[in-house]
Amino acid sequence: MSLTLNEVEHIALLARLDLTAEEKKLYQQQLSDILDHVAKLQKLDTAGITASSSVLPSSARLRDDESVEGLSTEEALHNAPETEDKQFKVPPVLE
Amino acid sequence: MKAITNLSLKELLAGLAARDFSSYELTGAFLTRIGDHEGVIHAFINLTVDAVLEAARAADAKRASLSSSGKAIPPLLGLPIAVKDVLCVEGVPATCGSKILENFRPPFNATAVQNLMDAGAVVLGKTNTDEFAMGSSTENSAYGVTHNPWNTQRVPGGSSGGSAAAVAAGFVPAALGTDTGGSVRQPASFCGVTGVKPTYGRVSRYGLIAYGSSLDSAGVLARSAEDAEVIFRLMAGFDARDSTSIDRPVPEAVCTPKINVTGLRIGVPDEYFIEGIQDAVRDKVLAAIAVYERLGAEIIEVSLPHTEYALPVYYLIAPAEASANLARFDGVRYGLRTSDENVMALFTETRGAGFGPEVKRRIMLGTYALSAGYYDAYYGQAQKVRTLIRADFDAVFEKVDAIAAPVAPTTAFEIGGHGGDPLAMYLEDVFTLPANLAGVPGLAFPVGFDRSGLPVGMQLMGRHFDEATLFRLAHAYQGETDWHTQSPAL
Repeated sequence: MSLTLNEVEHIALLARLDLTAEEKKLYQQQLSDILDHVAKLQKLDTAGITASSSVLPSSARLRDDESVEGLSTEEALHNAPETEDKQFKVPPVLE
Repeated sequence: MKAITNLSLKELLAGLAARDFSSYELTGAFLTRIGDHEGVIHAFINLTVDAVLEAARAADAKRASLSSSGKAIPPLLGLPIAVKDVLCVEGVPATCGSKILENFRPPFNATAVQNLMDAGAVVLGKTNTDEFAMGSSTENSAYGVTHNPWNTQRVPGGSSGGSAAAVAAGFVPAALGTDTGGSVRQPASFCGVTGVKPTYGRVSRYGLIAYGSSLDSAGVLARSAEDAEVIFRLMAGFDARDSTSIDRPVPEAVCTPKINVTGLRIGVPDEYFIEGIQDAVRDKVLAAIAVYERLGAEIIEVSLPHTEYALPVYYLIAPAEASANLARFDGVRYGLRTSDENVMALFTETRGAGFGPEVKRRIMLGTYALSAGYYDAYYGQAQKVRTLIRADFDAVFEKVDAIAAPVAPTTAFEIGGHGGDPLAMYLEDVFTLPANLAGVPGLAFPVGFDRSGLPVGMQLMGRHFDEATLFRLAHAYQGETDWHTQSPAL
């Protein structure tokens, strides 16, 4: 399994990662090697086997629909790089 | 008389109860030892010296007031511990070993930490870790490399390498770690300490900054099974704030002087004694199994036929979950922000600058495994093989009470030893990954040393929610041997 540079750039875009030219080249090689290693899974016959997304037997537990106290606005904003008027501040999304 | 920092956790609790020393004196003694050797070991990312001394004084005052009024004293009152820097402690930076969280101060405690604080423990510092717990050597930290106290040219293992080194160096009697693919057990093995990865769902993940959510377990490292059991029992328990927390009673303590393992059945899987494991590892683990036979346990050969697939399954599932979990680090709500030219640049440049090479590699791998056209072939197939791996364990636990195996194929390797080769590093986890994929508990403890004086570890794996059998077996072994009482010369 050999990834092309275009594929690496496409994955980086999906993952929202800005990579340098050297990083792209390095990951192209390393990801190809890792995909070669994991290819042995394709040889296993898994017809009729259920996929496990979790080891837990039960499905998701839901709590009662009651309001409980959460973080205060100040606490929630405390770590933000930039805030304004008690809100997270980001660059314009729509120009 | 032994130095205070050489006492076991149980001896420290007895000493605090008898007022042989105060929490302030005890904490001060550990801080002095840290001051003497931390420059060489670098186990910590953050030491909270002022806060812990204040908490120790408060614990001493609380003990005085509770005992004068005849009230019950919390079991860990005034005991200093360390916490891996992926678990949140309110107000103390939680970096996850990453630049992207350099200034992040969580507004709450992780439940595992809160439970121990409720029991009276005081937190002395946050320990070093591979970035976002991704690694097997603690070399992937943005805050420097931790050195193995047994040989400072060697890695301490990872990703809970700071916690393992801190316990081995006598900096703390116990430290919390996390184990997604072996990150408590493998550093415990490399540093000659006892490490417990509980059953998935046993200890709350609330406040454990997520890496692979279906695999992450908070655990503990200490000097013996007996000491680890004390912490394990107090950190465990149901938590409504973790949707995967299981409401099961925490088992009674089993590490007592009258321990007996007669009749317990121990499975030894062929697949864990493969070519490529070091002779010393094989020999010491087999010798430890012989000790159990002498103590009256029954040794049974078993097979976990899908073991060889655990590595590829893990390195698809964990990166896939990580690529989703780490999407939250986008420069908006917390952490680093390097650009605000436009929203896309804010995301990509912040993440490109904030994450280190191994984290980027796993995000890329996971994103690929989940992407359109590849999902079924990679992620879907890995989940199906995960079912087969778990079924292997279910079948074996019909016949035995625990499985004994090496923790890792090697003893601690040299710092820089796996430099440019991620696959070689991943192979270090080959024996620890299956327990995470199956969700079963694992316990690692020292069973000897190799020729160059590096500790060798063995792991026991048990049935879901049967940590008690693992503690029972490890404690019985530690009653017969003294590997766990040896400390490195610093």
